[in-house]
Amino acid sequence: MVDLGSIIGLALGLVASGDTELYAIILLSLRVTLTAVLIGCLIGLPLGAALAVLRFPGRGAAVAVLNSFMGLPPVVVGLVVYLMLSRSGPLGVLGLLYTPTAMIVAQAILVTPLIAALARQSIADLHGEYDELFRSLRLGPARQIATLLWDGRYSLTTAALAGFGRAIAEVGAVIIVGGNIEHVTRVMTTTIALETSKGDLPLALALGMILVAISIGVNAMVLSLNRTAQRLAHA
Amino acid sequence: MLDALDQGRQGGGTRARVGRPPMFPVEAQGITVRSDGRLLLDDVSLALTHGPRTVVMGPNGAGKSLLLRVLHGLVAPDAGTVNFAGRAADAAVVRRQAMVFQKPTLLRRSARANIKYVLGGLDRAARTAAADSILAAARLSHVADSPARRLSGGEQQRLAIARALALDPDILLLDEPCANLDPASTLAVEEMIDSARDGGAKIVLVTHDIGQARRLADDVVFLSGGRLAEHTPADRFFAAPCSAAAADFLAGRIHIPGGHDRR
Repeated sequence: MVDLGSIIGLALGLVASGDTELYAIILLSLRVTLTAVLIGCLIGLPLGAALAVLRFPGRGAAVAVLNSFMGLPPVVVGLVVYLMLSRSGPLGVLGLLYTPTAMIVAQAILVTPLIAALARQSIADLHGEYDELFRSLRLGPARQIATLLWDGRYSLTTAALAGFGRAIAEVGAVIIVGGNIEHVTRVMTTTIALETSKGDLPLALALGMILVAISIGVNAMVLSLNRTAQRLAHA
Repeated sequence: MLDALDQGRQGGGTRARVGRPPMFPVEAQGITVRSDGRLLLDDVSLALTHGPRTVVMGPNGAGKSLLLRVLHGLVAPDAGTVNFAGRAADAAVVRRQAMVFQKPTLLRRSARANIKYVLGGLDRAARTAAADSILAAARLSHVADSPARRLSGGEQQRLAIARALALDPDILLLDEPCANLDPASTLAVEEMIDSARDGGAKIVLVTHDIGQARRLADDVVFLSGGRLAEHTPADRFFAAPCSAAAADFLAGRIHIPGGHDRR
């Protein structure tokens, strides 16, 4: 039986030790995840807004597909990206397999539908409020989407944080395309998986605690910044 | 907009818009709108000329707001046409109208940013200056930086009207802009409407407030049950309405569909 107190002590000890390897892993985790979320936002937010605003044949099906893609299995995404980037794959010439870039690509694919689906719902609610004004002003779709994204930016933070939560905790895709190579592609989740497979459960749990703490810290920081910005903008 | 409000404050009379293709008369012919098998507007035909302030009256459910939306092009009628100076509404025509809704739809931005949003063709500094002037004319300078949605109901409605006037419309359509406003706010809104008229905009106002209609109307369109009961000059309408429905409305006799009438 693992003692919780000793796990917490181990986690604090790891953090306090200033272990460069641990910090390198944490930084790589954040770099991969934050970049993937940024890409997911750049694609997912306009995509979600477009689905909320535009009316076209097959829109309902597109929304259904997008919603179902929120639950994409990471290992399947990892496998597909692996096949694309492997030497015999169509993008093999890029030589990206087992690099952080490959991990970013896989995580971006995972989080983009999630961010887009949550953004669509949030923007659709706001669009319901603004629709008559937009039609009265005869605004085109591009201006409508830009307005909705700007005016809804604070509530869209939730979509971005949901994407962050999915990406930072994800292991299936990054371990396939990254390979968990020490000092190259090893991130928090793959390290936890490795330590678990080696039987070092206290270390795996301590790393898990650090990961959860990082996730809580990022969420708290973003929400705090969001609240401050909202107050300053009087939105 | 500035001219309009300034002119109004100075007590100037109605002035025509020069250098623009004609918009008037606005002619609605046989407007019919159905929804779920119900006839919401039934063969409504009317002609609106430039000068007089037209007030659309009628009991709840008469089709007043719907008629306004049809005129503005927000609702396509099932039958009938709306022509402006003999032409069907095109993009140029519809851009020369502005509409203010009963519940003002304000962007989640400051009052100034709400005005700037509709000002096109200017650089940033010019837009800010123009927006500040418009807010001053609407007596909203003190809330220029405040979030629009945190203004009082009267201020929100004045901001919505100021934003509509910032478009410099030839036709200003107002859908019960003073519903839920106190008398002071109502008066402020009515002053803005008068100023807009003096600045050259055609006013079409929906209200079921008889007092407001008496204050503002030059002619009255009265709807009842989706049909046009009458379209007459205001003095004649209030003195001796032609239709029984309007006479009952003015006398406070209430028709309850499917129920007993009350006096």
